[in-house]
Amino acid sequence: MSTVIATRGLAKQYGRLHAVDGIDLDVRAGDVYGFLGANGSGKTTTVRMLLGLVLPTRGEIDLLGERMPRAGRRVLPRVGALIESPAAHGHLSGRENLALLDAAGPGGSRRDRRRRVADVLDQVGLGGVGRRPVKAYSLGMRQRLGLAGALLRRPELLVLDEPTNGLDPQGISEIRELLLELHRGGTTIFLSSHLLAEVEQLCTRVGVLDRGRLVLQDDLAILTAPTGATVVRTPTPERVRAVLDGRVAAVDAERVVVSGGDAAEVNALLVRAGIPITGLAPDRPTLEEVVLAAAATSADRVERAP
Amino acid sequence: MIAVELRKLFRRPRTWATIAVLNALPVLVAVLLVLTDLAPRPGEGPPFLSAVLTNGALYPLAALAIVLPLFLPIAVAVVAGDSVAGEAQAGTLRYLLARPAGRTRLLVAKLVAVLAFVLVTVVVVAAVGYLVGTTLFDAQPVAGTSVSGTSLTPEELAVRTVLAIGYVAVSMLGVAAFALFFSTLTDSPLGATMGALVVLVTSSLLFTLDAASPIAPYLPTRYWLAFVDFFRDPVLWRDITRGIALQGVYVGVLLAAAWANFTTKDITS
Repeated sequence: MSTVIATRGLAKQYGRLHAVDGIDLDVRAGDVYGFLGANGSGKTTTVRMLLGLVLPTRGEIDLLGERMPRAGRRVLPRVGALIESPAAHGHLSGRENLALLDAAGPGGSRRDRRRRVADVLDQVGLGGVGRRPVKAYSLGMRQRLGLAGALLRRPELLVLDEPTNGLDPQGISEIRELLLELHRGGTTIFLSSHLLAEVEQLCTRVGVLDRGRLVLQDDLAILTAPTGATVVRTPTPERVRAVLDGRVAAVDAERVVVSGGDAAEVNALLVRAGIPITGLAPDRPTLEEVVLAAAATSADRVERAP
Repeated sequence: MIAVELRKLFRRPRTWATIAVLNALPVLVAVLLVLTDLAPRPGEGPPFLSAVLTNGALYPLAALAIVLPLFLPIAVAVVAGDSVAGEAQAGTLRYLLARPAGRTRLLVAKLVAVLAFVLVTVVVVAAVGYLVGTTLFDAQPVAGTSVSGTSLTPEELAVRTVLAIGYVAVSMLGVAAFALFFSTLTDSPLGATMGALVVLVTSSLLFTLDAASPIAPYLPTRYWLAFVDFFRDPVLWRDITRGIALQGVYVGVLLAAAWANFTTKDITS
């Protein structure tokens, strides 16, 4: 599998502040990569470095096999991006905004511009918006327009920073479907977010940034692999403890963690003993638990120096 | 890229509002002159204004002289100051550069758009001035009188008017360069515009100060009114050429600084 984003020792320093401190990203073709981190952990700075907006202090970036920011003119037309919030000229229509953005750089041919703009507007659900100026758009519509801009040239890589910001639940699920569909079509997606649930539902690989350092980078399936224990839900935890003496690792109200990953075997034992069971599942860490274990406190806490 | 920037500039309602406001003052002055018939005496007030009562064909020049000291530089500073900082403030700069528009190309396109604005504005002011002058005043479009008192043929007058319009446009380039440079420094278009205006006000103030006479020849506004010299007979080239050279130096240095800053800058807007 080829590498789509590779950074080596990527660092950005603002004065004495190490915003990004030597990270080695590894995003492969076909990934939906969830880039997680608290506010202020360096996600946005990293995304901006990938796109050539912020120049790294140290380190190297390879984007689609070419060195950034030097090869930006060749590489960036193959990348679609939504950086922080969407932005458009308020007095122009969404259509006009997209046409101007497309005309502003290489790799978007003029001949089929009108058709491509119409296609992406349909794709994000703004096909019928007409000539209304962007300043009359709702937050969700602006977000969709931003996504349309990212999709305009059928990019191989999508770099999205909080793409469901400002959308209602229906909109979020719609955009998630759209991203999954693009992914099935072969687009690699780099999704920067602090919404763990969103990442858990979409992503195949996860990287966690904590105060400028990449503390975790692995397949989601490996990170949330069964721990070899079984979680039993029962109204009578003390009876479970009596039957499975020595195998009970933890009891938390009606939730009992039993060692041994074979849920069927645990189930058989408990049923034979006549213990009522309301739920039974192999124990898996949630992404939230994984992230909280890997990353320390929120970076927007500013503590007094000791 | 240049076409994109021109479209953005001239599809923006604010651009035309600025040009309209800019034309309001000379029109108002013309109406007042017609109603009161009180022209400033020769040598007083804005150049050419004393002459327009006898020849309305000179009103384009009077109109330029009216807007030149304040209105025109403000308009140019607003547009040029907005060029990069405005995109930064709206958040569109990061999308343009990630498109990728190329930083040098974007800066050049912005510069060309500002130049186009300067030219369009100056030409519109002159054209509206001509219309107003020929309808409100007695026009003798066939001939004119030079500032030196000799008469000019219509051809001479036309050529000199075009040259004067060109010179005013060149004078505005210095303002545009200051504002564009400041525009690459800040994410606030207002800040960039104010920066350029501070330079102009400082320059105009120092120009009137005797103690500042050693540096007077290098002040950006020093030769602005030299366009009057096109209407002397013969044309007095000394201040005109100095004015063009001075604007050239300012534009060159400031654009180099703007380029050096913009191409190495972290875009965090």
